[in-house]
Amino acid sequence: MTKRDQNRTLIVEALSDQVNQRIVSFDVPGHKQGKGNPLLRDFLGDKAIQYDLNSRKPLDYLCSPTGVILQAEEIAAEAFGAGHAFFIVGGTTAAVQAMVMSACKQGDKIILPRNVHRSAINALILTGAIPVYVNPGIHEKLGIGLGMSKTDIEEAILANPDVKAVFVNNPTYYGICGDLKGIVDIAHRYGIKVLVDEAHGTHFYFGDDLPISAMAAEADMAAVSMHKTGGSLTQSSFLLIKDANQTSYVRSMLNLTHTTSGSYLLLASLDIARKHLALEGKVVFKKVSDLTRYAREEIRKVQGYIPFDEELINGDTIFNIDPTKLSIFTRDIGLTGIEIADILRDEYDIQIEFGDLGNILAIISVGDTALKVERLLGALTDIKRKYAKDPAGMLTQEYIQPIVVKTPREAFYTPSVTVALDDAIGKVSAESIMAYPPGIPICAPGEYITKEIVEMIHYAKSKGSFITGPKDTSIATIDVLED
Amino acid sequence: MELWYTEQHTDNVRFSILVDQQLYQGQSDFQRIDVFHSKEFGKFFTLDGLMMVTEKDEFIYHDMIVHVPMATNPDIKRVLVIGAGDGGTVRELCRYPGVEHIDMVEIDKLVVDVCLEYFPTTTVSLHDPRVHIFYEDGLKFVRSRVNEYDLIIVDSTDPFGPGEGLFTREFYGNCYHALKENGILVNQHENPYYDTYQHSMKRAHMRIKELFPITRVYQAHIPTYPSGHWLFGYASKTIDPIKDLKGEEWTALNLTTKYYNLDLHVGCFALPNYVKELLSHATE
Repeated sequence: MTKRDQNRTLIVEALSDQVNQRIVSFDVPGHKQGKGNPLLRDFLGDKAIQYDLNSRKPLDYLCSPTGVILQAEEIAAEAFGAGHAFFIVGGTTAAVQAMVMSACKQGDKIILPRNVHRSAINALILTGAIPVYVNPGIHEKLGIGLGMSKTDIEEAILANPDVKAVFVNNPTYYGICGDLKGIVDIAHRYGIKVLVDEAHGTHFYFGDDLPISAMAAEADMAAVSMHKTGGSLTQSSFLLIKDANQTSYVRSMLNLTHTTSGSYLLLASLDIARKHLALEGKVVFKKVSDLTRYAREEIRKVQGYIPFDEELINGDTIFNIDPTKLSIFTRDIGLTGIEIADILRDEYDIQIEFGDLGNILAIISVGDTALKVERLLGALTDIKRKYAKDPAGMLTQEYIQPIVVKTPREAFYTPSVTVALDDAIGKVSAESIMAYPPGIPICAPGEYITKEIVEMIHYAKSKGSFITGPKDTSIATIDVLED
Repeated sequence: MELWYTEQHTDNVRFSILVDQQLYQGQSDFQRIDVFHSKEFGKFFTLDGLMMVTEKDEFIYHDMIVHVPMATNPDIKRVLVIGAGDGGTVRELCRYPGVEHIDMVEIDKLVVDVCLEYFPTTTVSLHDPRVHIFYEDGLKFVRSRVNEYDLIIVDSTDPFGPGEGLFTREFYGNCYHALKENGILVNQHENPYYDTYQHSMKRAHMRIKELFPITRVYQAHIPTYPSGHWLFGYASKTIDPIKDLKGEEWTALNLTTKYYNLDLHVGCFALPNYVKELLSHATE
């Protein structure tokens, strides 16, 4: 097989041809290269809006590609070491849904760590698959979910021999990786598929000295958020599969929920970002790793903040740590990560990715410089001086083992009633509740609501965490299944 | 043939100087550096095309950024200067025998090297044994210093580019802690006249006001800076720039100055109404 040329960006080339040929458009979109909507044209710029074109033969069709999109997907597949790479413009959510729908039918079991993204839980509602939750392990001090332990996965498989798939985060939001290769080996030994959420792992495919990627670990499928650390536009992602023979089957699953009007701006951004990383990725992510390492070393000198680093590695639930992520434990200075994130934004004009009850996460990327990182370090130093208080009395974020009473899909379609939050103890939840960020469910549809869960919701609310899921946004009430 | 240096003061306003000769052009990791010679202003240098120092009018800026705080507290011994790669601020400081130690933190070594070569009059004191030069980010340097300085002078570029971090709350907060109990912070405060500068001027003022109990703004007239009307910020934990002025002690030092004098010291804190208005609304 001849190697494909990673210098080519076929979608971009096709778009340029269309624009250069000055084709008169009697098709959608109705703004007709911006002429019909001058306000939008001024906002986006002439250059961007002229490429907002519709599918047509020279531009190919995202739902059933045979031309430039298919070829661009094949080039991308090679860059990722995948059998096939699908261009996704519906967010990584669309990729996660397609993975779960491809591997599970209604009533099939799937092993997941509890700290999956909401898109995975929603995929269970769509498919009717039955979740078998594995405790991802909670770090005692940091209070965060880790990677699943191999022993726990094997036990879950033995207890549920009919399980069809294992769903793995690689890495977690905080940059923690389980032993993906080990997990794949176990799952494949039992003939079980491995689906990997690599929303935060794009760079694993392109840099040196980074945790192993799903495709390198021989996993079956992976959802990769190119837009998060790979440089494409927000909402654009890749769905990767290892076995190219599955391409048309997976495409048909993807098309159940994916748009039929894929934005060419997003597609072009995927094409360009893939080229950039395939050619420059090693240099880019070396720079990012160096910058983050510097930030961690400096943060460590400010007593009280604890950056996550290799010292946490335990060979199983923390098999590896993404060196490009800057996760910092803040609770020792008496402040939640939520509070610090708010202070950074409101008083220092610094926006970080998120803060939770005990940690903050800053994304360092190809777009950053030492001078910018210095601003974060300076601000964290100043915040500690001004706001540090006694950490006593702060609750640790505990892992709550869910008790699944009904599948998410059954629960979603069962009649429900609204009750006061405190009266919900002992009922089965009809809603998904999570503190966002980090977007990990406290409770999902079909699960038993315990006193512990209600306390966690009260606490997260009191700390200013943004709680999403319930219809009642103030979460004074919650919907539970009718008895 | 005529060769003109032009700086765009706003989108609609240009300022030009007829250039005799370009003496130097180089690119550092941070910015482009140019040195020119002109009939009107002698030698001058620019960073990313923006005017920094001319031989003819540099005395105004350097007099005002140094002598105002020094006359307020002649006991100043330890000084931190951020930026100031042209050496002019350090030159004025070195004229005070009471000053024992000066740390100068300039992010761009090339600026100092170029100035040493082309501007002997401003860089004359950079080799003074009291002067210690650090080539690093000022924001980083000040982060780890606590209770060390009597005076911090922020002699920075504009807040667009490498100087950006020197107009932030984290920087001023860390300066506050690097200063001793009776410490003074003086910063170049941009011009109040053009909209583009007004925003950063107001923001810097707001940030400083949040931290220091005593904050004042003073002005000078600098022909080669945008609008010619330039502001400086004065902030201190304890010392008022006018009430605590040590005029007699300063006079006794017998320093000759070309712009600064004690009448001007008091007068420069008197601001036009529109500037007062801008500063009093510096809340967003």
